[in-house]
Amino acid sequence: MSDTVRYGTTRRLRGMVRKEFLQILRDPSSIAIAFVLPVLLLNLFGYGVSLDARNIPLAVVIESPDSTTASLRGAFEQSNYFRPKIYLSIQAAEAALQAHRVQAIVWMQNDFTRKVLSGVQSPLAVRLYGVDANQARITAGYIQGVWGNWSAAQSQQNGLNVTPPAGIQPRVWFNAPVLSRYFLVPGVVALVMTLIGSMLTALVVAREWERGTMEALMVTPLAMKEMLAGKLIPYFLLGMGGMAFTVAMAVWQFQVPFRGSYLLLSLTGAMFLLVSLAIGLLISIVSKNQFVAGQIAVIVSFLPAFILSGFIFDIHSMPAAIQVVTYAVPARYFVDILKTLFLTGNVYPIIWMNFAALTLQLIFFTALVWRNSHKNLE
Amino acid sequence: MSQTPVALRFEGVSKQFRTGEQIVPALKDVDLMLASGGVTGLLGPDGAGKTTLMRLAAGLLTPDQGRIDVLGVDALADPLEVQRRIGYMPQHFGLYEDLSVQENLDLYADLQGLPDNQRQNRYKELMHLTGLGAFTGRLAGKLSGGMKQKLGLACTLVRPPALLLLDEPTVGVDPVSRRELWQIVYREVEQQGMTVLLSTAYLDEADRCNDVVLLNRGEKIDQKSPQAFSDPLRGRVFEVRSKRVSHRLLQQRLLAREEVVDAVILSHGIRTVTHQGQVIPAQAFAGQADAVTVRPVEPRFGDAFIAILSAAGDAPQATENLGLAVKPGSDAVAIEVKHLERNFGAFQAVSDVSFSVRRGEIFGLLGANGAGKSTTFRMLCGLLPVSAGEARVAGEDLRNAPARARARIGYMAQKFSLYAHLSVRQNLEFFASAYGLVGGRHQQRVDWALESFQLAPHSESEAGDLSLGYKQRLAFAAALMHEPDILFLDEPTSGVDPLARREFWNRTIHLADSGVTVLVTTHFMEEANYCDRVVIMSDGKMLIEGSPDEVKQQAQTPDNPEPSMEDAFIYLIEQGSEGE
Repeated sequence: MSDTVRYGTTRRLRGMVRKEFLQILRDPSSIAIAFVLPVLLLNLFGYGVSLDARNIPLAVVIESPDSTTASLRGAFEQSNYFRPKIYLSIQAAEAALQAHRVQAIVWMQNDFTRKVLSGVQSPLAVRLYGVDANQARITAGYIQGVWGNWSAAQSQQNGLNVTPPAGIQPRVWFNAPVLSRYFLVPGVVALVMTLIGSMLTALVVAREWERGTMEALMVTPLAMKEMLAGKLIPYFLLGMGGMAFTVAMAVWQFQVPFRGSYLLLSLTGAMFLLVSLAIGLLISIVSKNQFVAGQIAVIVSFLPAFILSGFIFDIHSMPAAIQVVTYAVPARYFVDILKTLFLTGNVYPIIWMNFAALTLQLIFFTALVWRNSHKNLE
Repeated sequence: MSQTPVALRFEGVSKQFRTGEQIVPALKDVDLMLASGGVTGLLGPDGAGKTTLMRLAAGLLTPDQGRIDVLGVDALADPLEVQRRIGYMPQHFGLYEDLSVQENLDLYADLQGLPDNQRQNRYKELMHLTGLGAFTGRLAGKLSGGMKQKLGLACTLVRPPALLLLDEPTVGVDPVSRRELWQIVYREVEQQGMTVLLSTAYLDEADRCNDVVLLNRGEKIDQKSPQAFSDPLRGRVFEVRSKRVSHRLLQQRLLAREEVVDAVILSHGIRTVTHQGQVIPAQAFAGQADAVTVRPVEPRFGDAFIAILSAAGDAPQATENLGLAVKPGSDAVAIEVKHLERNFGAFQAVSDVSFSVRRGEIFGLLGANGAGKSTTFRMLCGLLPVSAGEARVAGEDLRNAPARARARIGYMAQKFSLYAHLSVRQNLEFFASAYGLVGGRHQQRVDWALESFQLAPHSESEAGDLSLGYKQRLAFAAALMHEPDILFLDEPTSGVDPLARREFWNRTIHLADSGVTVLVTTHFMEEANYCDRVVIMSDGKMLIEGSPDEVKQQAQTPDNPEPSMEDAFIYLIEQGSEGE
């Protein structure tokens, strides 16, 4: 008897898994989520979204051109950070700032050269477009940088007795070229896996309820654990495939360095995927309707993975209350692991701590799924 | 397999559902016993608890009280063991539409644990029985409705279960597929010794069962053979025919008489059931007694069903004249269709359909699923552009003035387009406004609808909470708010129980008598007898057009001198496919 039961289990599981794969292959939306979406997201975050300040449009107002103003203008033009545009009057430049055609104004007034030569403090006036405070701060910093270098060189050239200020020589670790792509692209891996694990899974289970296939499945000898496993296995494989694909693109197409071990990545990725799958199944238990399941999945899994995981926004600079909330977001732990493995390497304390947190979440969500999945219609 | 003498036993089973704050009892203290082998029919009006009973037996619901024993297994203690032994086909059997016929079969064979070495034979057998052998590679989603239902049954039967539960397996299925489904069920009963519990909305199907369980409002009324149900009606069932008066007029006259419980138009006359000990008196047909024949006939289960339920106060109430102020009809043509065509890409859904409908006629569009009747229908309502041909409704050419034509028509969609979260009154008010009724006229029509359709007691209930029969009434009333001269009814009786169906047809006849033109689609072939004329469609083409009598004459054979509408339909479809 127990033999036939065990034999039945493998057979039933085989049937479920095969059916699920056939459906994935025939349903363009599953393939799109697993393989087309990563490409879109990677391109968006790799090329489109950039948190770097480069080619900042800058208005340079020169009221009375001479060799000094030309030299400073040259300094701005040579900087990678700016795309200067020359204005002859402050009014025209202000109009451009108002229209946000430029990000800042550097204003060399009539007496600019005189002030520079006489060593008067702050001969240069700067106006910033302050709507995006972050961008304004970065722009101010860069202007200051260009100005600092130029005025130091100027003083030396003019034989003025100005000792150059003690210089800071920054060395950026882990992301030496200071590219936001390095920081964003690894996070996309977590995003893709959240989509496959939670969203796709919640949708396909809800679809079974909607189309009435669930009721027919329930009356077969299929046990609840077989039904759950039958859903988990295909989407686990699809999710791992999505991860491999995303990582490969990140490393080869986007040239993001990968400094950790691929084995650790697979291990932690599998753990994160299981948590996502458990959440997806939980959503499908709460909602038996594809539309609602999709909405819930976006709100409880995708958006938090986007906003609260440290993927884009730094968790340390969030308000304390929000920081507490981020501890409930599985993607937070995985994004941390991903950034560490990609940019830093195998930093075991960080990885194991996050892995442990994911394990606890897996236990918690699996228990919830198990408690709430009954093989009946009530 | 060891045979248990009792396949299914319910002892004092009760089940309630909670919707919001309301507690709705679905089953009340039901005792039930099914002996092994044979087909037991489960009948009752909508909301009687048929589906709940099925789901309880399948271990999908837990009873609040009582014991359920399935093939010797306690369904409460071990539902999984029950599910190992039974087969269950829910009302909407979920086939995986993106899997092929073969892949669906493989899945269910895996799930039910059919050993590999038995599969080929069983598949071959089932494909032969269902006639799906030629389509094993086709995606289930691309099958017709009848084929889907047959595939659903095949999947349920892949490993022959000892007990088979079928929840309304024949609803919405065309007569040909319906007949095939029954053949499969009978064959399994004979060859495998299967026990079958089958719920149905078709009263004639009860006569094919060995045993019938009649449910009403969650209570078991009785359980016995269909003959035992109908026997007490011996001497109370008559077939009335008239040479002079139309079937419809005759039926209305009979229904108006006190001794008559029920009168339905069937293929060859009016089947009339009288009260206990009463016969139809001669004075019912004053002045034309010579033209009327009253012939006692064998009672059937359907007669008993109506008699029992009307005694319980559930019979359809007589419907008074709906009082629509349409001028009495001349021979004016209300709908004219000439060489109508509709293509979807390369697929021709409707080809060369021509007919005309006179004012005040009830015109039926009959056909299996996918025959093109819904497409024709939508073109006539102005919902779908015409590919080729001509269609005039109420004198307006649909190509030029669909909006103007639409103002003159009322439309009742198949799924009863109602707002589930609005009350009955709010739904009516909305539709009155949508048709541009204002002020006193608006109020007057809403009041009229509540009154004429006996919706007043439910005016504040949410439409979504109504039973299907009441939803149908509400949708019907909504379609009549602007007093249209032409009424389009798309499968108005699909899924509605026999009582509500009778009531519906009484109202429709009243409307037609007051001059409203009615175009109706149905797959209940017997309902075609209510129509003045019908068209039967198959594969987008018209097979025949004519009065129900003319259509039936086509199917007359020496073996079957008095074919029913369903016989005629099957005959014509088969003739049509042989011709190809």
